[in-house]
Amino acid sequence: MNTSTLLLQLFQNVLVLLAAPLLLGWVNNCRSWMQGRSAAGIFQPYRNLAKLFQKDAVLAHSASPLFRHTPYLLFVSMWLAAAMVPVVAVDLPLSTAVDVIALVGIFALARVFIALAAMDIGTSFGTLGARREMLISFLAEPALLMVFFIASMIAHSTSLTTIAETFAHKQFVIYPSLAFAGIAFLMVLLAENARIPVDNPSTHLELTMIHEAMILEYSARHLALIEWASAIKLFAYITIGFALFLPVGIAEAGNWGALPLALVILVPKLAAAGFGLALLESVSAKLRIFRAPEYLGTAFLLAVLGILTLNLLKV
Amino acid sequence: MLPIDYALCVIALWLVLAVLGLALQGSPRAITRLVFPLGALGSLALAATALVALSQTPSVAILPLGLPDLPFHLRLDALSAFFLLILGAASLGISLYSAGYFRATAGGTLGLLTFEYHLFLASMALVLLADDAYLFMVAWETMAISSYFLVTTDHKIPEIRSAGFIYLLIAHIGAIAILMCFGVLQGAHGDFTFEAMRQNQLSPFWASAAFLLALFGFGAKAGMLPLHVWLPEAHPAAPSPVSAMMSGIMLKTAIYGILRVSFDFLHTQHLWWWGILALTLGLATALYGVLFAAVQSDMKRLLAYSSIENIGIIIAGIGLAILFHANHQEQVAALALVATLYHALNHSFFKSLLFLTTGSVLHATGERNMGKLGGLIHKMPWVALLALIGVLAISGLPPLNGFVSEWLLLQSFLLAPSMPQLYLNMLLPLGAAALVLGGALAAYAMVKFYGVIFLGQSREENLSEAHDAGPMERAGMLWLAGGCLILGLSPVFFILLIDNVSMALIGHDLGSTAASAGWLWLTPVAAERASYSPLILLLIILGGILFTFLAVRKFYHGRVRRGPAWDCGYPAQTARMQDSAEGFGQPIRQIFDFFFGVIREVPSPFDTKPHYHGETHDRLWTLLYLPIARLVEKLSTLIGRLQHGRIPLYLLYSFVTLIALLAFTR
Repeated sequence: MNTSTLLLQLFQNVLVLLAAPLLLGWVNNCRSWMQGRSAAGIFQPYRNLAKLFQKDAVLAHSASPLFRHTPYLLFVSMWLAAAMVPVVAVDLPLSTAVDVIALVGIFALARVFIALAAMDIGTSFGTLGARREMLISFLAEPALLMVFFIASMIAHSTSLTTIAETFAHKQFVIYPSLAFAGIAFLMVLLAENARIPVDNPSTHLELTMIHEAMILEYSARHLALIEWASAIKLFAYITIGFALFLPVGIAEAGNWGALPLALVILVPKLAAAGFGLALLESVSAKLRIFRAPEYLGTAFLLAVLGILTLNLLKV
Repeated sequence: MLPIDYALCVIALWLVLAVLGLALQGSPRAITRLVFPLGALGSLALAATALVALSQTPSVAILPLGLPDLPFHLRLDALSAFFLLILGAASLGISLYSAGYFRATAGGTLGLLTFEYHLFLASMALVLLADDAYLFMVAWETMAISSYFLVTTDHKIPEIRSAGFIYLLIAHIGAIAILMCFGVLQGAHGDFTFEAMRQNQLSPFWASAAFLLALFGFGAKAGMLPLHVWLPEAHPAAPSPVSAMMSGIMLKTAIYGILRVSFDFLHTQHLWWWGILALTLGLATALYGVLFAAVQSDMKRLLAYSSIENIGIIIAGIGLAILFHANHQEQVAALALVATLYHALNHSFFKSLLFLTTGSVLHATGERNMGKLGGLIHKMPWVALLALIGVLAISGLPPLNGFVSEWLLLQSFLLAPSMPQLYLNMLLPLGAAALVLGGALAAYAMVKFYGVIFLGQSREENLSEAHDAGPMERAGMLWLAGGCLILGLSPVFFILLIDNVSMALIGHDLGSTAASAGWLWLTPVAAERASYSPLILLLIILGGILFTFLAVRKFYHGRVRRGPAWDCGYPAQTARMQDSAEGFGQPIRQIFDFFFGVIREVPSPFDTKPHYHGETHDRLWTLLYLPIARLVEKLSTLIGRLQHGRIPLYLLYSFVTLIALLAFTR
């Protein structure tokens, strides 16, 4: 670890923090366009955050310290997760401390805390959301881990940096297993980020909400941190997807000249991913909650199939 | 003095304390103030001895006790030392806790309980030190019987008596298998010392027979499928410190037995299918246990099922190690073995901790049904905080200890080189998938455990009088919670310790590579393949939280108002509208409907006094145990026909038997 990589790490920390709401704004904008509504502008998430931060927080009488501390933990976990993904360059000091299995662990840590915080007030919607979130996650988390396993077995490493580097440098080889992994990852991405078809981020309809039900009791700065964390989570997932399946343009270790170019390439990649996400959300319908296990079970099985293909074909 | 002498001194101390407990029946204060803390001191001494003995050459001792010509052989090697470390470290916390917990118990019961408790501790230590089959079986049976009496402490309740009966029955079925296993291992030489068994070279058939008998016999004690049924009955029945000891320590003696037989006595004769068998059984046990844990409503039953899950993971790890070892892939075998042992150590800490917290909850509220608890974080902040540490650890979340062992085990799945048996290459990823699925479900069960008991609003009126744990109870739980933290944050240090066991059993360790990147980074194979640094992770998370907190304060404000809960504007909500334990487990019950035996009575909409009743059954009862019970009953009625109560007839039986034996032996 030297000063330059440390600087790079700091740069990325700031980058993910600032760029994440922008990406969310872009996705929302695209969706508005596709659904024939007039868009609020891609800077709307920042305005929402600023508004929330200025308000007075209202806590329920039965809130315990766990409830107040969870937003901070959630925010930092997501920030950490996004900061270790090779977004523009690979040699991040953080990725030696946290490999892909630990990354899934950090996501799980954040999820367990938000589910516990949802149960803390003791309202019907809070526990409902916590229960559904844990239901989604017990299948989504293994599926995500299996996707990472496929990548790790190809790259012979569980470090995300090494995986991205390997994938970026290999000659173009078609990995059938990665195709399975890609579909599974996309399905998990939709489920874990509370998107259609599993959840819907833009509704408070009690029969269907999952993530929104959990954070119903939060307000002001706590809610702002949670919303920001959700945006960072989406950003992290999309950039993980890039690192695994589209490592084009990520600067190599020590190659500082490639950094501006990497930044330039990142923008259209993110824009395309955001557009695709909005498209997927606009053309598909939400599943009934008890269809969700089937959906996620499919993702899990696809990922397992991917590993089996990898072991059979050895590529 | 050799380490083994210190260990024997601790055993002697425990035996003295056991007798002292009986003698001091009249003064319960003396027992809780003196006997239990002294027992804890013994535990500390044992843990320290084991720590020293781990890296030393094996020490032996022969005690002039037992049968003529068959003195007790004892040996303290790295494997024994590691499990003695588990015993000492976990029982230290449990004994401290017991000193506070049993304060309110009446003198006579307390005296007996103290006697059984320390006898149980001493017998577990002797099981781990025994170096001949005779002493081993004596200690093993003492352990089973003392724990049986501990389980049936509240013997006036019929359910507890029947739970104790099932426990004793399965313990003895297991003991018979272990006895037969030793019979096979001595290989017709008539020498029952373990030293002789180590030297014996058995044919593959007999080696397999010994392994299967050991897996069955020790598996019965560990709670392996399908012999797990005693565990969810006995653990809730016992007083909480005893449940903690049984789950945290006693199950590990069975793991010790499996390792002793398979890696010490048979280690040159491993066959790869043993590994597959143990791996499959272990993973099946793990998934079975965790699914049942997710639908329980009794908090101690939930933890008992979770113990089954963890034992499954440990057995699967042993299977993996055997598989690699049989294929001469020693480096990965060492990794799998270290991961397994690490998980055993972790489990003894977090599961004991969680059982102790249920003890405090039980003391404060008198309620085991989670559906009648809730909101205890406000009344019992200490217990709630310590339970949270336990819950995070057992759910396998970084940076706590449960994650380290799962991480290591997953690494050994991932790093598995290709096997000579082609289909195994396909089986191993499926194993990893099952392991991961089990881990995610464990988080579900644990969120339910913590959320329903400690969070939300109190579901019953009487909970407002709940009080926090006393200082001794707190001290015991703090020790265990601290263990969870330290085991999670400095894995390299502990892996270097466990390496001694791996070196002794398979001649390979991780030492040179695990610490190659410094003590901060855990790198089981090579830094570029995998690295994990829990301490840095924790520091970053804490630093990040502090930074975020200060930044929000600096740029905005910290104003807070308190108000009623929002809940989408619904004003008339009550504590009854929260999920009960059944409610939280409902999705799992619905998805895995085919798997559970569910009995449900739903009231009709016109019912004026609606009553809901739901039960989730273990299908193995009806599919396996009841048929066997019926068969045994049928057989015994058949045999009963021989009995007529007339003496001449019985004399005739003896005569016929004698003739038959003479004819047979001639």
